Amino acid sequence: MTVYINGMGAVSPQQIWIKEMLLSDPSNYTGNRLSCIEPDYTQFIDPKYLRRMSRILKMGVASSAMALHEAGVRIPDGIITGTGYGCLEDTEIFLHKMIELREQALNPTPFIQSTHNTIGSQIALLLMCQGYNQTHTQEGFSFESALLDAMMALNGNPNQVLLTGGVDEITDASHQIQERFGIFRRTSLLSLDLFNSSSKGTLHGEGAFYFALSGKKGKETSASIDSVTTFYNPSREELITGIHEFVQSTSLSLEELDLVLIGKCGDANLDRVTDDISKQSFGSAPIGLFKHLSGEYPTASAFALWLGARIIQTQQIPSAVLNESIRPLRNVLIYNPYFRHYHSLILLRAC
Amino acid sequence: MKDRVHVAGLGVISAIGNSVPSTFDALQTSTSGIGPLTLFESVHQGVLPVGEVKMSNAVLAEKLSLPAHLTRTAMLGIHAARGAVASSGIDLKKWRSGLISATTVGGMDKTEFFFEEFLKDQRKGRLLDVVNHGCGKSTELIAHDLGINKYISTINTACSSSTNAIALAARMIKAGQLDVVVAGGTDALTKFTLNGFNSLMILDTQPCRPFDAHRNGLNLGEGAGFIVLVSDKVKKAEGLNSTSYVSGYANTSDAFHQTASSPEGRGSFSAMQKALTMSDLNPDDIDYINLHGTGTSNNDLSEGTAIARLFGNRYPKLSSTKAFTGHTLGASGGIEAVFSLLAIEQQCVFPNLRFENSIPEIGITPQLSFETGLAVNHVMSNSFGFGGNCSSIIFSKE
Repeated sequence: MTVYINGMGAVSPQQIWIKEMLLSDPSNYTGNRLSCIEPDYTQFIDPKYLRRMSRILKMGVASSAMALHEAGVRIPDGIITGTGYGCLEDTEIFLHKMIELREQALNPTPFIQSTHNTIGSQIALLLMCQGYNQTHTQEGFSFESALLDAMMALNGNPNQVLLTGGVDEITDASHQIQERFGIFRRTSLLSLDLFNSSSKGTLHGEGAFYFALSGKKGKETSASIDSVTTFYNPSREELITGIHEFVQSTSLSLEELDLVLIGKCGDANLDRVTDDISKQSFGSAPIGLFKHLSGEYPTASAFALWLGARIIQTQQIPSAVLNESIRPLRNVLIYNPYFRHYHSLILLRAC
Repeated sequence: MKDRVHVAGLGVISAIGNSVPSTFDALQTSTSGIGPLTLFESVHQGVLPVGEVKMSNAVLAEKLSLPAHLTRTAMLGIHAARGAVASSGIDLKKWRSGLISATTVGGMDKTEFFFEEFLKDQRKGRLLDVVNHGCGKSTELIAHDLGINKYISTINTACSSSTNAIALAARMIKAGQLDVVVAGGTDALTKFTLNGFNSLMILDTQPCRPFDAHRNGLNLGEGAGFIVLVSDKVKKAEGLNSTSYVSGYANTSDAFHQTASSPEGRGSFSAMQKALTMSDLNPDDIDYINLHGTGTSNNDLSEGTAIARLFGNRYPKLSSTKAFTGHTLGASGGIEAVFSLLAIEQQCVFPNLRFENSIPEIGITPQLSFETGLAVNHVMSNSFGFGGNCSSIIFSKE
């Protein structure tokens, strides 16, 4: 089942709203936390609603508005959101107040906005969209589950436009807690140098991406998504076989893969495994990296999907991704490992 | 005939029972599970009644042979999911098997204790208490316990979560992507949700009275409900004697308000209507509705109005079983799917406890007693959530 990306919206640690300047001057961060560069939200959201929205809601709503605008669609037929952590800021505010005020006189707003589906519901509410509304949350498959849901629905009715996204935020507390697990870099480095120094730990990222997906091409279609699959907790052999079968099922040869975007995260141990799998699976296909631009987080594959689609659309690979000139760029495969258990593949094609 | 998605097994745990037979017994004898809060310390103890599963974490861990640090959400889920798989008799390894679970609190039952320490000193708090915080983690733990790794997914659309999980499972089987799916949801009672609903001033200080004119809010509950769904192929190959199949479902958005439902119940109306259309059924064909029926002024009026609009005066037998279990949030769709399927299996309907007077605006009288010996061929189960997420699912007799 082929679905078309008819519009995209993105808020990420990179300033990427201008299509023509695809990562021409990527942001370089010191430290292990890559926070989003946020747009002027009043362009997208009525200020009277903005006031009550947490950061993740603003980022989600803004990116959804960008995607719909690009697609020239006012109200989509459904909204499908993937989020690994959900609305952390409001969850923490309510927890904090509950403990501090000893369960008395609590403001309900952060509680109301703490559930994962608040992002998709806010978008529906602002658009008055009464169609299908779904929120998937499965760690490193949160966005992939949303994509698979959308593709299955479009297979049944290709005329629909389904706003499909991946959204996650970093908060101070979530960063501090995850840092204690030792998953982020402790040594000081510039984010763009992540892959130049072999060490333990990755960089923490966040982002909000929505895609207007349809079974029918639009005016601004950037690429098509031909196939998506996930591998949960596979053995090395299962993963290599699975990737091989996936590539075979697309009827493309390895030579026809113009670019493979690989979600290496900068952690020496994890990347050793990823390199091994890539070597076994992708032959000599050109390989691009992106997590020094996005950081690592559950829905980082949405960054990769946005990047892959823009690469196909603009026929240029940013030098920060791969310092090599390749033309034409027709087939881009995304292989995203998320820590040890989560591995996914997304095939993008020019159309 | 179209390919059907069959129900091959049920598993449930809630305030009214730790197994399907004990649950059915409580439903049959009108034994409510609502009582005082004992699971954790809270200023609301002795004030707000709740529907607790009658097993502490230590007892659950021992009974299930699981490590005691696991979240209650995961343990309740494992308990119910194991029950569902056991009752199906299916060897999950033989098929392309998936787990689609649902939860709204995830590991919050542990995180809220971690946070007390963490707020005092960011280097403090036991990391083992937050390692399973994410909603998806509870699903990982259940999947690991069942030996599923082909496909796992978690839905969180607040209180409609597990109905959406079951509908997604049915879609994936119909699309030929999976053969067997264990689907449902799990949520533990937490201080976080108790205080959240309390801050919204929608918790009743007495046992709740869904669909009553004098209803005064909901009681929170906890538990898990899972069902095993299989394709035609699996049913034939395994020689299963399934009594029910999934005949229709719909997910719509009220798009009215973040927490309140529209007065006319436009989201719930359209969810029920679309589920009927998919089932190729008329409103008259529905024999029983398991209501969302939380007991809040807003939900019951809105849901009742939508039912009155759709079914008119000839509304089917209907009841909210939340007067038994409390509102189990992300687990409610799974638990109530099990109840709906028991209604078909046992050809019976369940009472709406503590009902006295109809809501004047809609005049609906729910089922008042357990009644058996009925022809129950089609059952609708409603689940609506914060954010306007409205879902309806219909199960039919084979």
